[in-house]
Amino acid sequence: MDGLLHQLISGIASGGIYASVALALVMIYQATHHVNFAQGEMAMFSTYIALTLIQAGVPYWAAFCITVPISFAMGAVIQRVLMEPLAKAPILASVGVFIGLLLMFNSVAGWIFTYTLKPFPTPFGEGKPLFGGFISRHELGSTAITLVVLLSIWAFFRFTRLGLAMRAAAFNPVSSRLVGVPVNKMLALGWGLAASIGAIAGMMVAPVIFLDPNMMAGVLLYAFAGALLGGITNPLGAVIGGFIVGIIENLGGAYVVGTELKLTTALFIIVVVLTVKPAGLFGKTVVSRV
Amino acid sequence: MNPTLSRVFPWLFFAAAAVLPLLFASDYRLFQLTMVVVYAVAVLGLNLLTGYNGQVSLGNGAFYAIGAYTTAILMDKFGVPYWATLPFSALVCAGVGFLIGLPALRLGGMYLALTTFALAVATPQLLKYKLFEGWTGGVQGIVIDKPDAPFGLPLNPDQWLYLFCLLVGGVLFLAASNMVRGRIGRAMRAIRDQPTAAEAMGIDIAMFKTRTFATSALFTGISGSLGAITIQFVAPDAFGVPLSLTFFVGMVVGGGASIAGAIMGALFIQFVPNIAEEVSKAAPGAVYGLILIGFMFLLPGGLASLLRLLNGKRA
Repeated sequence: MDGLLHQLISGIASGGIYASVALALVMIYQATHHVNFAQGEMAMFSTYIALTLIQAGVPYWAAFCITVPISFAMGAVIQRVLMEPLAKAPILASVGVFIGLLLMFNSVAGWIFTYTLKPFPTPFGEGKPLFGGFISRHELGSTAITLVVLLSIWAFFRFTRLGLAMRAAAFNPVSSRLVGVPVNKMLALGWGLAASIGAIAGMMVAPVIFLDPNMMAGVLLYAFAGALLGGITNPLGAVIGGFIVGIIENLGGAYVVGTELKLTTALFIIVVVLTVKPAGLFGKTVVSRV
Repeated sequence: MNPTLSRVFPWLFFAAAAVLPLLFASDYRLFQLTMVVVYAVAVLGLNLLTGYNGQVSLGNGAFYAIGAYTTAILMDKFGVPYWATLPFSALVCAGVGFLIGLPALRLGGMYLALTTFALAVATPQLLKYKLFEGWTGGVQGIVIDKPDAPFGLPLNPDQWLYLFCLLVGGVLFLAASNMVRGRIGRAMRAIRDQPTAAEAMGIDIAMFKTRTFATSALFTGISGSLGAITIQFVAPDAFGVPLSLTFFVGMVVGGGASIAGAIMGALFIQFVPNIAEEVSKAAPGAVYGLILIGFMFLLPGGLASLLRLLNGKRA
């Protein structure tokens, strides 16, 4: 029973990371109907930036606060330079650019920072596990950070004019333009926010799985599975889906399929959701007019 | 090019490809050219699915892996001769392709791309899985023997293997080009460009899409078999995401909706990374990435469209 509880809590901790990346995916999906394959690699790159700062002697939280705006700029620039011109191009073109970005981030990171696994510091201390050994300090801290990020994103979209404008631009670009919302700027903002969320997720997951250029491939897959499970049209659903996938991954890995097939579990979830309930648990069924 | 020349040109090209390398190429070059043929068939398979039919697949490496493993297991465990494994691997891959094509029907564009990407990520794990270890050899993989030239032909094994792959590849290219020029090809393109209109014209979209998936898997699977025979070795980690993305790059560079594009794409993926690797180990990825983005902006139809443009001007 203790083992089960422990797996459950670890599942929630990693689920929080998947939930953040899933939220980043959903934000870009809602605005552009694209799934950003490079989301994970962008997060990985941001994490390397943070590590470089920390190794240069910058304190952890300062490095954290510098990395997030850099990532924001990176996301916004990619949207302005690469994605905007292709807004009306066929899907293949966007997939090509996403894959191109993925390959470039991956190999440039390998080039600059080498492919060796690097430990990443945790700001929450190494000390003894808390609450009778069920949860490590890092798990507790990263889950808290994740929840703060998710809550503030929610509050931003719910309570600010800018958030409202972004939702409008994603929901109905034509009408938004007519009422004066600068739709392209909103999209760039969305990409920037998504990249920042990804960066935070990367910094939270790196102490657990160690930093290397291929770190995020699995995370991206789980996040996508989570986004689909919760419904890719629904940000809250995607977050819940991310947590569920984290729990399934840990319990499944411990009791059902073993660790060798963890990635296959993600593939399985994706295929099952898409064939049985394509809209996800909380998503709206898309009806298109012909 | 005038019509007769363009009709004869593929055959001349095939004849030149069969003769010239045997006369001039070293054994290592011959190996590289054999791999070009193998990749050309794989890229052709992806062209049919993604280029002609518009179903974006980032996971065709999985079919390549299934083809390679089918051949390796049949040769290693059952003593089947190398040439006799091809029909088996074609059947197995077409079957698997058809089955994967069924859920793929539900997945519009982006979803399909991501799901097939997930398939590419999961493939090495599945190949290593301990339940299949008795067959697949687990992490160690399977080593197979290089075939000798039959009937006492005066060719060394490398030369024979090249000719064998070229012959199989030639048949597949002929089949594909006949297919895309006929009714099936028109239906495939109609589904890609205007699914609603295509359905209104009486095209059974579900049938065409799943069968295109099966055909693509068949081509890629045979390519995997040829690749396994050429490299004489299969191991799980050779069949991960990089392989699938390599095919994707080959398709984009050569030109998706083009038969000749598959050959250009294959030449690209065989030779350009070698050159780039001399710059830096990490360079091929960056070069691939840059080239993908560059092609999407400047030449979305790939090298084949450049060729078509030049041709059109001359005619």
